[in-house]
Amino acid sequence: MSDNLINIENLTFGYGKELLHKGINMEFQRGKVSAIMGGSGSGKTTILKLIGGQIQPKSGSVSIDGQVVHNQNLSGIYKLRRKMGMLFQHGALFTDLSVYENVAFPMREHTDLPENIIKDLVLMKLNAVGLRGAYKLMPTELSGGMARRVALARAIALDPDIIMYDEPFAGLDPISMAVICDLIRTLNDALGATSIIVTHDVAETFSFADYIYFVADGIVAAEGSPKQLMASKLPFVKQFIHSEKDGPVPFHVSAPSYNSDLAL
Amino acid sequence: MKILINFFEKVGYSITSRINRLGMATRLFFLIIISSGESFRRFHLTMKEIYFTGVMSLVIIIVSAFFVGMVLGLQGYYTLQKYGSSEAIGVLVALALVRELGPVVTALLFAGRAGTAITAEIGLMKATEQLSAMEMMAVNPVGRIIAPRFWAGVIAMPILASIFSMVGILGGYVVAVIVIGVDEGAFWSQMQANVDFRYDIVNGVIKSLVFGVACTIIALFEGFDAPPTAEGVSRATTRTVVTSSLVILGLDFILTSFMLGG
Repeated sequence: MSDNLINIENLTFGYGKELLHKGINMEFQRGKVSAIMGGSGSGKTTILKLIGGQIQPKSGSVSIDGQVVHNQNLSGIYKLRRKMGMLFQHGALFTDLSVYENVAFPMREHTDLPENIIKDLVLMKLNAVGLRGAYKLMPTELSGGMARRVALARAIALDPDIIMYDEPFAGLDPISMAVICDLIRTLNDALGATSIIVTHDVAETFSFADYIYFVADGIVAAEGSPKQLMASKLPFVKQFIHSEKDGPVPFHVSAPSYNSDLAL
Repeated sequence: MKILINFFEKVGYSITSRINRLGMATRLFFLIIISSGESFRRFHLTMKEIYFTGVMSLVIIIVSAFFVGMVLGLQGYYTLQKYGSSEAIGVLVALALVRELGPVVTALLFAGRAGTAITAEIGLMKATEQLSAMEMMAVNPVGRIIAPRFWAGVIAMPILASIFSMVGILGGYVVAVIVIGVDEGAFWSQMQANVDFRYDIVNGVIKSLVFGVACTIIALFEGFDAPPTAEGVSRATTRTVVTSSLVILGLDFILTSFMLGG
């Protein structure tokens, strides 16, 4: 069995003629927490959609456990997705279902478990994210951090092999952020899963990720462990890690000269 | 010359994009049919939607039907009495409701009340990534979300149209018999003698079934196709009402001409 659960090889993807990814190579090791970092609009979330088979690459491949995702038919893709859990940026909880029903949803859809077993499993998952006491609430009654934790409980409902997180820290207060960081690491290790996090929060990610990819200009600009990247002399990585406003990623969007725009 | 080219470009784009949307709506319709197994295997999903689209529309349907029936009774009486046939008021009210107003007005009200709710709900589910989340859980959103709503609309519409016609007749009865004083026996017996089950009632039910399919598929498609923004959902909701209304009235003419011709 290969060490890598997911392999991305020479991946290109774009909308229309514009290429967002221009030959991306990534490997995600089993049991590890890997992060994909980069600026807004660099195509980080798109990589998760490509892994999940929601969109097709222009060329190259994404394979999970040796199976090329985009070569599968719909039932094959659904089979692969049953091995995945995904936490969406704002949770994407079903607003017409209670917290309990949201977590029970994948179990009801994919298993024939009796109600008493579903109840035990839902409460166990909610307990793992610290929200067992909130099982009766509706999504509209939850704070942003709580909604993210419920979505995490739902993502791990069927004990997936792969857990993907899309911007799990966006808009959270420091306490909720610390809770989510801790949960990502703990759940990954407890379930023996492989986790992929898409984020641009440096401090949090560097504190618990095993391996990090930096995406910029459609390619992997840098990769390595948090320690290696902290020591990196690459200008892009330095600018990103130290939050410098100008550098390889310019402050100004490309535009005609200032004088010509102001007709001077 | 450039203005003319731009004009034809815009017209061409508008036509091709409408044809494209029609094709996508047709594709969605066939996807719904293919994915409908679950709507019947797990009928509670469809029942829940029947409650939201059908039962929750009852108030507006009943109140509107009562007023429409009363107006028909009033207008019909003053027209018929000129010809000395005010006893035929029962037939007039019943035929107008069962053949035309029942199915058509119900469908228009349904588009405004339930259709917009369906579009907004599906559009917001898309905007908040609920449909994507479902796909990532290996659950087909067309089978789980769209198909139950479609069948709920198709089942609810003829029932609502029948209720509309019944309440409308009651409204006509109140005005014609209780208020104006038309003979009660003449009101009901003329209706019983002149309303044909096959040509009037069944045709009315067929109309409402067709309107149910049209209204629901338009509402679902607009929601499914809505850009995932507040403005996108708002525009889609408006389009649901406008398109549904035009389609209902157009289909009504086509169906009526076939039914009368047959």
